[in-house]
Amino acid sequence: MSPMTRRGFVTVGVAAGAGLVIGFYLPHGSRSEKEFFSPNAYLRITPDNKVTIVVARSEMGQGVRTALPMILAEELEADWKQIEIEQAGASTLFGDQTTGGSASIRTTWDPMRKAGAAAREMLISAAALTWNVPRSGCTAENSHIKHAATNRSVAYGDLVAKASTLPIPTDVPLKQSKDYKIVGQRLPRVDSPSKVKGEATFGIDFQLPGMKYALLSRCPTIGGKVSGFDDKDSKKISGVSYVGKISDAAVAVVADSVWGAMEGRRVLNVTWDDGPNKDLNTAAVMASLKQGAAKKAASMYLAGDPAKASGRTVSAEYTLPFMAHAPMEPGNCTAHYQTLKCEIWAPTQVPQDCRDSVAPAIGLDPDQVKVNVTLMGGGFGRRLEHDYAVEAALVSKAIIGPVKVIWTREDDMRFSTYRPASHHQLSAKLDNAGFPTAMSHYIASPSISGQKGQPTPGNVDPDLPDEAGPVYGIPNYDINYEMTETPVPLGWMRSVYALQVAFALETFIDELAVAAGKDPLQYRLHLLAKDQDLQYFTTTWHTARMRGVLQLAAEKAGWDMPLPAGRYRGVACFGCFASYMAEVVEITMENDQPRIHRVVAAVDCGQVVNPSILEQQIQGGIVYALSNALRAKITIEKGRVVQGNFDDYAPTRMAETPAVEVYAVSSTEAPSGIGEPSVPPLAPALCNAIYAATKKRIRALPILS
Amino acid sequence: MADLTLRINGSEKKVSVPPETPLLWVLRDTLGLTGTKFGCGAGLCGACTVHVEGSAIRSCSTPVSQVSGKSITTIEGLSANGLHALQAAWIEEEVPQCGYCQTGQIMSAAALLAKTPNPSDDQITQAMNGNLCRCGTYERIRKAIHRAATNGGAR
Repeated sequence: MSPMTRRGFVTVGVAAGAGLVIGFYLPHGSRSEKEFFSPNAYLRITPDNKVTIVVARSEMGQGVRTALPMILAEELEADWKQIEIEQAGASTLFGDQTTGGSASIRTTWDPMRKAGAAAREMLISAAALTWNVPRSGCTAENSHIKHAATNRSVAYGDLVAKASTLPIPTDVPLKQSKDYKIVGQRLPRVDSPSKVKGEATFGIDFQLPGMKYALLSRCPTIGGKVSGFDDKDSKKISGVSYVGKISDAAVAVVADSVWGAMEGRRVLNVTWDDGPNKDLNTAAVMASLKQGAAKKAASMYLAGDPAKASGRTVSAEYTLPFMAHAPMEPGNCTAHYQTLKCEIWAPTQVPQDCRDSVAPAIGLDPDQVKVNVTLMGGGFGRRLEHDYAVEAALVSKAIIGPVKVIWTREDDMRFSTYRPASHHQLSAKLDNAGFPTAMSHYIASPSISGQKGQPTPGNVDPDLPDEAGPVYGIPNYDINYEMTETPVPLGWMRSVYALQVAFALETFIDELAVAAGKDPLQYRLHLLAKDQDLQYFTTTWHTARMRGVLQLAAEKAGWDMPLPAGRYRGVACFGCFASYMAEVVEITMENDQPRIHRVVAAVDCGQVVNPSILEQQIQGGIVYALSNALRAKITIEKGRVVQGNFDDYAPTRMAETPAVEVYAVSSTEAPSGIGEPSVPPLAPALCNAIYAATKKRIRALPILS
Repeated sequence: MADLTLRINGSEKKVSVPPETPLLWVLRDTLGLTGTKFGCGAGLCGACTVHVEGSAIRSCSTPVSQVSGKSITTIEGLSANGLHALQAAWIEEEVPQCGYCQTGQIMSAAALLAKTPNPSDDQITQAMNGNLCRCGTYERIRKAIHRAATNGGAR
């Protein structure tokens, strides 16, 4: 057993009816070893036959607290009704706990299966030894081991002591997908009951005795600093107990209520040193991107020799703006600094980064910082940052006490890390039939990782390999990336670069189809007609799988059927995070604006773990993508973010939301990403539908700018 | 500071807060009713929706002094015994993803069903359009409202 130092903590929600409990990670070390069987960090079985599964990724709505335990429970042959789920905080036991890159399922599929299978095999051995019968006659089912020949059955809980004495097998048989009983089922999410009752504890709901609340006044100019502040008005506000500079760029106002801290900050008088970006504006950024696209620095994909191809040339340029994640729960974090230790409660996608960035900020070692992971009211990549945790730790250290830092919506909008703006140049040579013999795609965009000082091997942003595949097996084809620079803070936002690349590529393919005088669906199917394996960095993209989703979406959308008068369709497909996605969008035009009636989505993401959660992710991703496509645009004037709240950065509401139909290709391939792949095809499919309706080509997002 | 008596979820609560404090923060910080959420602070997203005298209001933009003595219902008091028909429908339709906005969504929907037991799609859109959801659960919300209405929703 691992000598865990973390304490047991509060239960944050009880799922009515399902018997499922969600709690923070419980200690191993606080109980005697005989009380439970825990062959690995993911699993604990107690004598009452309860199976506790530890979720080492963060729940931000994507369903990991349900889906990851399903994978382990399947191999364990566990009774799902007796599963208890615990959320791991930052740990050294689970490898990288980052929740992002649509990676939770695909990277824990094997570890979770093996964890369950190893335990199952040990329980079988324990029963066989207890009964003195051959292992081969024993089977695992519904949290029991059975011996058919003698009609005996024993609960896992009764095997805890024996199983704990056995060696942990390293090479265990895994189940065949045809034998799955849990994986592939529409099991209800474990977190729904607490969420509809208002009992779920998000980061912003977490409370400690004696806790204060803090808001920060941050320099509104990118890269600027505090030059001085006058707190006399703030200190007149009821409940304000502390005002102080906690970093170069921020002054904290601490009070005994959120409202007190808000009022204290409102009347705080800070003078700013605007720094080097006081004249920065978005127009200049976009102009520099256009220049960057011409530099053509790093080759990401090359087939044949596009420069030597001949034929009719078609070319176009596309631009995308900065965008903000804007999760519903604004930034927040609770910290409690004490001598030589600090505990953090963070709605975070990166508990380990929080630990590792908080520690040096407050002069501690990482092992003196304990990070607990709360529920998140959305993440979308914003919580891949750890700024909120560092702020909370700094304020807690300044006041030597527990404190919750809360961001307002305006803070969230203006001090976010933004999806990078980008500029794309595409050109193609068309043969006599109108199909491309060559295509080139030049991407200019600042690098998120590059800006954060992380490695960018070969001058390629390390996210692009997962997010910019070639899709089509065009014989002469290159994709090139110019890594530009900007002082605008950058972050990973749902589907990251795939949104940019897909918008440019799939709009351009539509332009080529128009130039060729061909139906845009048939045009794509022709380009995908030959089975090809396209090697792109470490991923192999199969044209057959892309063709499969395109055909499925088209069939379900009734592409061959005439539409009612005034209705138009557009289609797009794209692959990212190892999954394949196609979408057909149906619109009418009303007052020069698109009204989206229907989206038909088809996905190939390998083995589906929970079809209901998959549908949620695709439906939600499409609505998120619709927000991005229609209005999402962050602009900078005089070095400051212009947008502030949901009036000038307006997400899609119910009135604009289409019906979304989701179809998954039946597959036993290993699962691939599902949180993000539905986002990229939406904007090009929508813009292609707008072209079908109006003959106007949209080459810059957002559509309604 | 003002000493106020609030009628919340059927019981009286005495609070001593600045009178301009938004009801949201009194619910959350003073009374520990954290099911009501902070989303925008400007009445733009609906995450903070509660009922005052049966009508849906945005608690982030409502000074507590305005609702003193009035009947206030939060998500915690929506159903006296277990699940409101809407909460049950929300679970059956698998509406929540992150879940942060859903309590506000349910409070808006409950106010709708109380006045319009069998709403049309247009009536649902009109009542719910002020509630944002970044997870994009709107169509499931619509289905859940229809389901709750069919099940005798307004209880």
